[in-house]
Amino acid sequence: MSELVAAAVRTESVSKRFRGGVEALRDVSLDVEPGEFMVLVGPSGCGKSTLLRLVAGLEEVSGGRIYIGDEDVTNRLPQQRDIAMVFQSYALYPRMSVRRNLAFGLRMRRIPKPQREQRVTEVAEILGLEHLLDRRPAALSGGQRQRVAMGRAIVREPRVFLMDEPLSNLDAKLRVALRAELSLLHQRLGVTTIYVTHDQVEAMTLGQRVAVLRDGLLQQCDSPQDVFRHPNNLFVAAFIGSPAMNFVEATVERGVVRFPGAEIPTSARQDGKVILGIRPTGFSPTLDRGWPTLEVTPEVVEELGDERHVIFELTAPRVDTEATRAAVEARSADDATLLPEDRARFTARVPTEVPVTIGEPLTLAIDPSRLYFFDPESGAALPA
Amino acid sequence: MSTVSTVPAAAPALATDGRIRSRWAPWITASRYAALVGLVVVFLVPLYVLVITAFKDPTQVSPKQMWALPDSVSLETFRTVWPTMKDGFRNSIVMAVPAAVIASFLGAANGFVLSKWRFPGADVVFPLILFGMFIPYQAILIPLNQLMRDLDMHDLTGLTLVHVVYGLPITTLIFRSYFGGLSDELIDAAQVDGAGMLRTFFFVALPVALPAFAVAIIWEFTSAWNDFIFGLVLTSRQDWPVTIALNNIAGSQVVPFHQAVAAALLASVPTLVVYVLMGRFFMRGLMAGALKG
Repeated sequence: MSELVAAAVRTESVSKRFRGGVEALRDVSLDVEPGEFMVLVGPSGCGKSTLLRLVAGLEEVSGGRIYIGDEDVTNRLPQQRDIAMVFQSYALYPRMSVRRNLAFGLRMRRIPKPQREQRVTEVAEILGLEHLLDRRPAALSGGQRQRVAMGRAIVREPRVFLMDEPLSNLDAKLRVALRAELSLLHQRLGVTTIYVTHDQVEAMTLGQRVAVLRDGLLQQCDSPQDVFRHPNNLFVAAFIGSPAMNFVEATVERGVVRFPGAEIPTSARQDGKVILGIRPTGFSPTLDRGWPTLEVTPEVVEELGDERHVIFELTAPRVDTEATRAAVEARSADDATLLPEDRARFTARVPTEVPVTIGEPLTLAIDPSRLYFFDPESGAALPA
Repeated sequence: MSTVSTVPAAAPALATDGRIRSRWAPWITASRYAALVGLVVVFLVPLYVLVITAFKDPTQVSPKQMWALPDSVSLETFRTVWPTMKDGFRNSIVMAVPAAVIASFLGAANGFVLSKWRFPGADVVFPLILFGMFIPYQAILIPLNQLMRDLDMHDLTGLTLVHVVYGLPITTLIFRSYFGGLSDELIDAAQVDGAGMLRTFFFVALPVALPAFAVAIIWEFTSAWNDFIFGLVLTSRQDWPVTIALNNIAGSQVVPFHQAVAAALLASVPTLVVYVLMGRFFMRGLMAGALKG
């Protein structure tokens, strides 16, 4: 495999308005470093796929510029941009064998046949497709089709890979396996990659950086660690992390943040109402660290083998802002609520050594260094 | 349940496919088939008479023995009518085959552009094309005749052209619907792979459109073959299609009716052949494997 030249991708305040007036993207500026694995994540309709299609040239921008490498490609056709794309449905050419599917892009670019064959063989070897080369896509399994789709992108040695939810049609096990392979492949080829997903776990595990979008606006673009540890706003906090962050309305008064059931001293900050966020991992059953505590009554206990998720209710009302709602809706169906929720319901992660019984009171300590504060009006993160 | 062996004998009988049926089911099925067979007989009686009469020895044909099977199969009647049908037959093939193929191909191009390579105004153009389907032959016959004469195309080529044009609305509709079912991502993929409009059409869209071609060609061939009025008006005697030859035999009072039925049978063979040949491509699943599961 020859060395590929990685290129940077830059979007400069890109906007997209569809015919009919839907604003899919507003002023999105994104800088993807050469060779970087950038993940675009967000709920459906947030504009992440549109942004990818704009970079691919499959849609026209309504405003802004797009650069690949040093070139302004805003007005170039997809075939002139030297990109390759992997689609959610794979989009393999049904009447062509795997070999011809792989070679199609080279054929369209009038690469001579001996070179074409050599490239196809190389790529088939990398992806373990040698024995499938003469089959039609119909005779392949889902994972194999996915590989062929990937191979079709690699074979052309493009400057940028664009991937639109390439794993979402696979079953859960295969998805996890291919996720790891994808990471390896990226390390090996070192090609700039922009990857779209609605799955925040996929985003966190794959991305060197994660760009969170919502309603056509870029919310935050940071490393997975930073997005998780320092969310910019309520939406990012609610969207990233599994189980999701817990929220409660709280008041800050003279260095103490209060919500029903707890009082937590906090470094001096402005008095007033805030939305307080605590990650499920911010709780601990160990009470000897001098941390503030919370008396809870477990309602549901989810056994996960290595750990437990304890779900309990607070006497405080549920935080119901637009941002948290959007984040909850965007998460997978198992996070959807069956019961009417008028009170805040928290999830805490507890090690299995601690016995927990439903209905039996339990005292949990709260790590005061892992509190998140948000402005109840704007949803913006407040300095902790 | 662990008591499978103690199922009472009076339980509803399980058919071989394991579905539970009412005990009246055999009677209902029997009467349903009786009704269907009865209707089939009613519909097939004319065809029966047509076929046995055509294959009878001419000496055996008489209204009294209309229903009787022939003693032996004879091709005598066909031999008698063939010389008068021959030219029309050739003309029809020379006209209907290219008409069907060209109309289908142009319809495929139209359908592709209207569904997958949209251009501004596509939503206006398509209904306009479709409107052509609803223009009655009679309405345009006289000006069309004049036009073809002025173009010096008052012959088979002209007739073929007219059938191609008249076939475009329906073939466009067939292919537009068919390509509409094609995944947009397939077209996007071809574009990213470097194919422009024409190459996407030829390399990606056309190879999966075989079923649509089968439908369009069967339809176009049949309608061109069966056409009478264009053939009569827009061509001269030496270019008359088979339908006119048939009319000259079957419509005249002096021709014995066994010759008329044999001619009718001959004239209907090609459409049946086309259906049998192309019908194989009606099969589904040509798209299988392009997309997920």
